[in-house]
Amino acid sequence: MPKNSNLLQGWYKRPDIDFGLTVKVFYRNLKVFLKTWKANIMFNFLEPLLYLWAMGFGLGMYVSQINGLSYLEFLAPGLIASSAMFSTTYEVTYNSYTRMAREKIFHGMVATPVSMDDVVLGEILYGTFKGVLYGFVFFIVVALFGVVHSPFAILILIPLFLMSVIFSNLSLIWTSLAPNYDSFGYFFTLLISPMFLFGGIFFPVENLPAGIRFLPWFTPLYHAVETIRPLVLGQADPSIVGHFIWLIIAAIITLPFPLTMVRNKLIQ
Amino acid sequence: MSELTVDQAIIAQDLTKKFGTFSAVNNISFMVSRGECFGLLGPNGAGKTSIARMIFGFSPITSGTLRVLDQDIRISARQVKARLGVVAQEDNLDPELTVLENLMVYANYFRLPRNVARERAEEILQFMDLTEKADAVVDELSGGLKRRLTLGRALINQPELLILDEPTTGLDPYARHMVWHRLRQLKENGTTMLLTTHYLEEARQLCDRLIVLNRGTILEQGKPAALITKHVGAFALEIGVEPGLHGQLLSWGSPWLKASQRIGNDLILYSDQGQELAENLGLKIAKDHLRIGYQRLRPTNLEDVFLKLTGETLQGSEDETEG
Repeated sequence: MPKNSNLLQGWYKRPDIDFGLTVKVFYRNLKVFLKTWKANIMFNFLEPLLYLWAMGFGLGMYVSQINGLSYLEFLAPGLIASSAMFSTTYEVTYNSYTRMAREKIFHGMVATPVSMDDVVLGEILYGTFKGVLYGFVFFIVVALFGVVHSPFAILILIPLFLMSVIFSNLSLIWTSLAPNYDSFGYFFTLLISPMFLFGGIFFPVENLPAGIRFLPWFTPLYHAVETIRPLVLGQADPSIVGHFIWLIIAAIITLPFPLTMVRNKLIQ
Repeated sequence: MSELTVDQAIIAQDLTKKFGTFSAVNNISFMVSRGECFGLLGPNGAGKTSIARMIFGFSPITSGTLRVLDQDIRISARQVKARLGVVAQEDNLDPELTVLENLMVYANYFRLPRNVARERAEEILQFMDLTEKADAVVDELSGGLKRRLTLGRALINQPELLILDEPTTGLDPYARHMVWHRLRQLKENGTTMLLTTHYLEEARQLCDRLIVLNRGTILEQGKPAALITKHVGAFALEIGVEPGLHGQLLSWGSPWLKASQRIGNDLILYSDQGQELAENLGLKIAKDHLRIGYQRLRPTNLEDVFLKLTGETLQGSEDETEG
């Protein structure tokens, strides 16, 4: 096992990608998913639904309006983003780690013409797919609650995609560092849960104390919520472009790290 | 050189693999001809797996050159891997998928068209005697069946060279013989094989030639039978006796001795005339009333060669980590 400090070695090198084979890696994971989705979809899907009920209808009774919206209208679009975030991060931490460290699936793949970079990009692709899928399923639920006010709401697939790429990258970075399953607890407690609670889903980030109000700006979830909410409610204006650009840049900047780190972790 | 290389599946020259300051493989050179089964024999930690991993392009080479199927593995890893079959030490099957799905998914990585993949998968299931298990989920298979599937999966691209890293470690004797039987059939069909093992019986049954490795260096190489003849002869006489008497026994046996070895209180005498040695020693022991724990005459094997070369048994360094 290499020291974690060496995992970034050669990060600037051009990755060895064959996109056709990357798709085959993605397809392998999809095939497994299609066998187990009935059990899985409930797990990822019920939780935001419970939040929607508990907060939207329970807590919402005591909240008259936020920025001119009912609490349900404010909350529901944000939960689309968090649903995608949780689905991607669970997949690319626990499940990717299982494939990588326990089942040695990555090792089996790279004994074929597939390269390790193909495998990692395939994992990112799959994590992104799951985020977009669960986000979209929750979007349909939100539509059933009558919260979707514009046909342009379908454009949320773009921020969902970008955000899921970023979370795939971040999760895979953590997975490459993780010595065991227990360490993922830190990832969720220190990074994911705070984003979920303070990223602008449950209350506007302007209500955070002045000293830390800038923090959400550094999180992908905040920018996704800030684009998804106006798109769903039919209130999109040019200000969402800035959030889009943030998501695009973050997706590109974070991409080389999981490729390099997983490669260095496994190939010695 | 070019005429030579065409007949060689693997050419390793001064191959070295270092992990930090630790040399797992140290300046090793060998060649594997097409159609032969070539063995890497050695205890755990000898560098067998490191060599195998360099050959299928998984592990980067520290120094030296390595040509596999006439290409430099460092430059053309994808092209070489397309023509290899790899059976790793640990099963890395897709546990949630069925036996057939495992083969089909793996065929994808070689870009085999669906109908070709399907045809080959069915041939492989038949060859590996897995047809009845085609729809069984891998997670529920026994260790022996998983191993057979792992081997079968490595055949999906009809490889020219099969790399087998301890293919039967952890299997029960029946499952092991099943695997050996298939490997022998593949060999008869002309598949070149590189096999790492610490089972002497496996090396003897399957390998045309082998190198004996210890701590990353080659101790000896040749045909299994020739190595036995060269180093230890046909028979081994094991005598359990206190070390103080070893010298006496050695001098009595010297007219017939080819080599000898001590392990603890045991003395092992190697000879081509085992029966004569045993009878003559027996007479002298009886005459002098020496106290002998036990005495056993048996045919020699590769373990004796290894013991002779290193003074260690092949199982002796189990606790060392594999590189």
